Amino acid sequence: MLEFERLVKVVEQLIVKAHTEIPEDVEKALRIAYEAEESEIARKNLGIILENLEIAKKSGVPICQDTGLPIFFVEIGRDLRLDFDIKKVVSVAIRNMTQKILRPNAVHPMTRANSGDNTGLGVPIVNCEIVDGDRLRIVYFPKGAGSENVSMLRMLLPMEARRIKDFVVEVVANAMGLPCPPVIVGLGIGGSFDLSAKLAKKALLRRLDSMNDFELEILDAVNDLGIGPMGLGGKTTALAVLSEIAHCHTASLPVAVNIQCWANRRAEVVL
Amino acid sequence: MNVLKSPVGEEILELKAGDIVYVDGEIMTARDKAHARALEMMEKGLKLPFSFNKSIVYHCGPIVQGGRVISAGPTTSDRMSAFIPKIMEKVELFAMIGKGGVSEEAVKAMKGKAVYLAFTGGAGAFAASKIRGVKAVFWEDLGMAEAVWVFEVEKFGPCIVAIDSKGRNLYEDVRKRLIEKLKK
Repeated sequence: MLEFERLVKVVEQLIVKAHTEIPEDVEKALRIAYEAEESEIARKNLGIILENLEIAKKSGVPICQDTGLPIFFVEIGRDLRLDFDIKKVVSVAIRNMTQKILRPNAVHPMTRANSGDNTGLGVPIVNCEIVDGDRLRIVYFPKGAGSENVSMLRMLLPMEARRIKDFVVEVVANAMGLPCPPVIVGLGIGGSFDLSAKLAKKALLRRLDSMNDFELEILDAVNDLGIGPMGLGGKTTALAVLSEIAHCHTASLPVAVNIQCWANRRAEVVL
Repeated sequence: MNVLKSPVGEEILELKAGDIVYVDGEIMTARDKAHARALEMMEKGLKLPFSFNKSIVYHCGPIVQGGRVISAGPTTSDRMSAFIPKIMEKVELFAMIGKGGVSEEAVKAMKGKAVYLAFTGGAGAFAASKIRGVKAVFWEDLGMAEAVWVFEVEKFGPCIVAIDSKGRNLYEDVRKRLIEKLKK
């Protein structure tokens, strides 16, 4: 059986990994973008991003100083017995790692008082799901504020599915250089008001090289905007558009666009 | 190589949008809370523990562990846009380092006295590798990210002059082209 302390250590390692090593598919997409860019400024920015990844990995320091709000996606096998609260495990791990590499980011929404340890009301955000089997899967997905701040949700009319692409383009165009482009677009289509937002976030966990035709078509439209790396112009405004869908009410069409900066930090462990 | 040092002089007025510069010497971080507190104190006629005049302000909330800066890339400068016109009234010359640019109103207020330098967003480890040490810290009660940190830097850059003192704004050029495209 899994022990509390052992699991805390596992989650701590997961946190370090996510912040110091970008997933291989994201790095590959950044390299392809670097090769494709023609403008000197765009190439410079992407070149620094790639150099930054090397320094972070080699020195074991966070890729970005905005170590984000801690978010976890946990899948618990129905045959697994845990005699402790998994939310407690991730909270302890987050607190411990705030002493080492995380910036304390969690504040009270109104008083803005910082808890100092990255925990607080509802934080870390832990999304739990019961699945078949006896495995435990933990995905750590810290989310920075620059990209979260330009994300949007709109309740489209039921017959406006063809306007989804325009909505994504509008969100990316309004964001310009603020969210640290090249971005990754998480698109949640359907469900309810809240589920669409959750789907958009969950879509960001997918590999960047897993896009379907619908997603590639939106990606082309987004990259046509010419915002480029850091909003200073170029071919690469987004590295990927990733979507998740759910059935929704016949009278509605919720669409959520969750923007992610190029530093798409995610790490997972299966036990 | 174009090297900028604080206190900045009239050389900043010669910088043109698109130029690449590196920064040596002292830079000072300030984010939302520090800007708000500084302005409140200035309006009450109180003396700040540091000076904005001729300084290089870095929009950044660093990670400092055991006195060492481990990651310190720029934060989104637009959140500081609303404070900039008021700060411009109080300074003679001024430079900012950040990401994403500032509002049109802020750009207008910067004319003739300030430049905005863009540093690659998210490049926290890279930026920290150019920081030699922490010289001072003010207002730590605001939290690690919001405190005012004074860093000693060496060849901090490349920084791209994204907004110059004549009001030329690279972000605006990109926006104009984007609007033209969306019209089609």
